[in-house]
Amino acid sequence: MSNPKLTAHRGLATWGEKLVPLAAFREAVAGAGSPLTAEARAAALRSFTAGSADPTPVEGPFNRIAVFGGVYNNHLALARLLEDAARRGAEAVYCLGDLGGFGPNPEKVRPLLAQGGVLAIQGNYEESLASGREDCNCGYTDPRDNHFAEISYRYTERNCSPELKAWMGTLPKRRRVRLGDRELLLVHGSPRRVNEFLFRSTSPVPFLEVLLDQNRCDAILCTHTGLHWHRHLPSGRDAVNVGVIGRPANDGDVHVWYTMLEARDEGLGVELVPLSYDHQALAAEMRREGLPEEFVATILTGWWTTCLEILPARERAASRS
Amino acid sequence: MERPGIAAPRVSLRSLDVLWFQVGGTLCNLACTHCFVSCSPTNHTHELMSLAEVRRYLDEAVRLGVREYYFTGGEPFLNPEMEAILSATLDVGPATVLTNGLLLDPARCARLKALADASDYSLDLRVSIDGYDAGSNDPIRGEGTFDRILGGIRNLAAAGLNPVITVTEVCREAAADSGKEKFFALLRAIGIERPRLKILPVFRIGAEAERGGAYESWQRLREGDAPVDGWDHLQCSACRMATGQGVWVCPILVNEPSAKMGETLADALGSFPLDHAACWTCHVYGVSCRT
Repeated sequence: MSNPKLTAHRGLATWGEKLVPLAAFREAVAGAGSPLTAEARAAALRSFTAGSADPTPVEGPFNRIAVFGGVYNNHLALARLLEDAARRGAEAVYCLGDLGGFGPNPEKVRPLLAQGGVLAIQGNYEESLASGREDCNCGYTDPRDNHFAEISYRYTERNCSPELKAWMGTLPKRRRVRLGDRELLLVHGSPRRVNEFLFRSTSPVPFLEVLLDQNRCDAILCTHTGLHWHRHLPSGRDAVNVGVIGRPANDGDVHVWYTMLEARDEGLGVELVPLSYDHQALAAEMRREGLPEEFVATILTGWWTTCLEILPARERAASRS
Repeated sequence: MERPGIAAPRVSLRSLDVLWFQVGGTLCNLACTHCFVSCSPTNHTHELMSLAEVRRYLDEAVRLGVREYYFTGGEPFLNPEMEAILSATLDVGPATVLTNGLLLDPARCARLKALADASDYSLDLRVSIDGYDAGSNDPIRGEGTFDRILGGIRNLAAAGLNPVITVTEVCREAAADSGKEKFFALLRAIGIERPRLKILPVFRIGAEAERGGAYESWQRLREGDAPVDGWDHLQCSACRMATGQGVWVCPILVNEPSAKMGETLADALGSFPLDHAACWTCHVYGVSCRT
């Protein structure tokens, strides 16, 4: 098969659809754009990453709090978490959203939150349910992920009362909490978008430092990905994905994760806490509700079977398949 | 490209999340008939980038809080410094390489796996193929390439790296579920249990303008076309492209001098007009070149 394109470009450049002498392209490019002076460049870099004021009121101060996300209707894990956090001396308990999806009987979650005095923000689930969206707005891009996300959402949507949905819409989108001398920003996905995924392997240190600068806080606490992690940054600040209590962390263990935070003299104490609960009972309840066997398998094995396509290469390599 | 009297909408850079590198220039060991940048073994429109050039941009990117780095060309692995470039990049963030798969021998795949394991951040590979057999792929990518691409994918899988397979809609069935299933079957047959696939529309510029036809004059965006929630779906709202000749607005328009924004990332933080026909494809198809 002869391909004239193999030799077509000798001495020539491709300028759009045209072939032009290389020198003509180089010359056009040399003067293109709007190069700034050195001073203007430094100013442009500073203003692009500058912080802005946030009117969100600051709660606290506290010395020790518990923070969790992604309940996914797992009322059994939530009940255990409230006991565990109280035992560890949490002065306040915060939930970063996504109360529904995946698990059974969404109405069982709200009374537990009230009983535990849990202070919550909206996740994408609450936003979607309160506003009557057709989908969970999880932010998946693969049809396999979206298929199971749709089953989850439809089940939760059908089994939530209008009162519960309306209450979800009253929750704030973010909170600020003082812990010792630190100010924590609590969000669902990221400070920028409710459904942005902050996975450990795709949330590099320089990115997090700029995010903290822009949001004028000492730590960002988020969830949404289902996988917990903590980065203590070179600036002395912290970024924490507090994990989810709705399903295990795709590591072959059936327990779920939440986070204890503590004010310490040397800064923020962050403890990622594994939490056991009666996962067999949850699996049985999911089966009674007719939820997909793929979801039940995750609860029983600790390995994800759905919503895997969104995982970055590193987190994906750590999964079973 | 001038359109008298019709103003193009402008897109601001809301954050610089993704930095692309034209690290392989426009040089490629293939000359695919649908290449929107017309890459070939003799196309020097853009040259290979050196490690030193890449480092200069990485230093600036760190200050801007870039989240992810993508490498393309041309064929990135023609660049003799490519693995050193990846190593430097993986110190500061996750990296993805877009490759045609021909230079992925077992030794290179093992080195890439070692680079991935040594970093805190993800290293991802994306391999292009344009059909599920030689009969459909080879007329586009070149004779004998189907088998060689599959060989590269096999070598990656054997080394423990599961690449994303990228298919353009030159393969007409690819957009439909039935077509995707054929690719999944092909990949499962070579031992990839959980295949990954990304389908991209074609950009009717460069070589593709000759193969499939150029844009029609009406395929342009104009003021008033902005969706209610803005232009956040366009990658130019959160990316820039670094080349050996300066910074361009996006990975698609590198052969358009008018799409160059400056010499450094700081020069390129302003807004850009959507006045190219390819912008129409990004908008209408909701394209993002990132995975």
